[in-house]
Amino acid sequence: MFFSQNLETYLLIAVFLFITGIYGMMQHRSFVGMLISAELVLNSAALNFMAFNKFLAPDPATGQVFTLFIMGIAAAEVAIAISMVLAVYRRYRSDDPENVHELKH
Amino acid sequence: MLIYKYLAEFLFFAFVVLTFFGSILAVRAQLLIHSVLGLAVCFLGVAGLYFYLGSPFLSMMQILIYVGAICIVLVFGVMVGYTPTQIAEKHLKGKNLLLAVFSGAAVFALMSVTIFRTDFTPAASKTGDFSIEWLGKSLLYNYCLAFELISLILLAAIVGSIILAQGGRGDD
Repeated sequence: MFFSQNLETYLLIAVFLFITGIYGMMQHRSFVGMLISAELVLNSAALNFMAFNKFLAPDPATGQVFTLFIMGIAAAEVAIAISMVLAVYRRYRSDDPENVHELKH
Repeated sequence: MLIYKYLAEFLFFAFVVLTFFGSILAVRAQLLIHSVLGLAVCFLGVAGLYFYLGSPFLSMMQILIYVGAICIVLVFGVMVGYTPTQIAEKHLKGKNLLLAVFSGAAVFALMSVTIFRTDFTPAASKTGDFSIEWLGKSLLYNYCLAFELISLILLAAIVGSIILAQGGRGDD
């Protein structure tokens, strides 16, 4: 029996990535750190898509297209979030979420 | 040729270990720049897993987009707020860490039980294959909307990030 030819293996890896991402999202004390954790969560979703695509889907292109879609979303998200971090840092001189709690400055 | 299968299986576990190690480093590192490094390692591991899921193209894209683009942008983000050697993270310790690990393990166990109790049935009939040719055709015919949508999203992201980050250093 080969673990690499088993759907459940990939799903368990994806669950691990997801939980690590959520944990990191809660315990990181900076916007960039939270962004890193969000990437982990997105990656676990993409891995899930690819696993179901390999083992269950009728058309092998479906999961690959959606994984590419997730990659595009992640790239757009990082670009936007980094420029938001820049704007916030410029205004508050800090990227600690604890310090950024006012809507107007 | 069974030996090659076992060799491939060994490589698979190497990629899995790389993924786990990278993700733990990404959330537990003391320096933020080490977190980005852990994220890159994790993405390389996932790219290896994509090979085993039958898609070398996606694996290549994973390395190109995630490791090549996103991690670099994150390094720029790290450079905004920190000097590289500054200890940035206050980590959970003692009882709180134990509680966090416990609740994470509980969610993991719950999802594992769900995964193993679900009866996954493959699709009855399969069309197409894993070739890049079929992927390209699908991208332009069946999934044309996804293709157009992602270009629109990327355009909006470019314009939005320029607007958000404009203005130079301002009053510092």
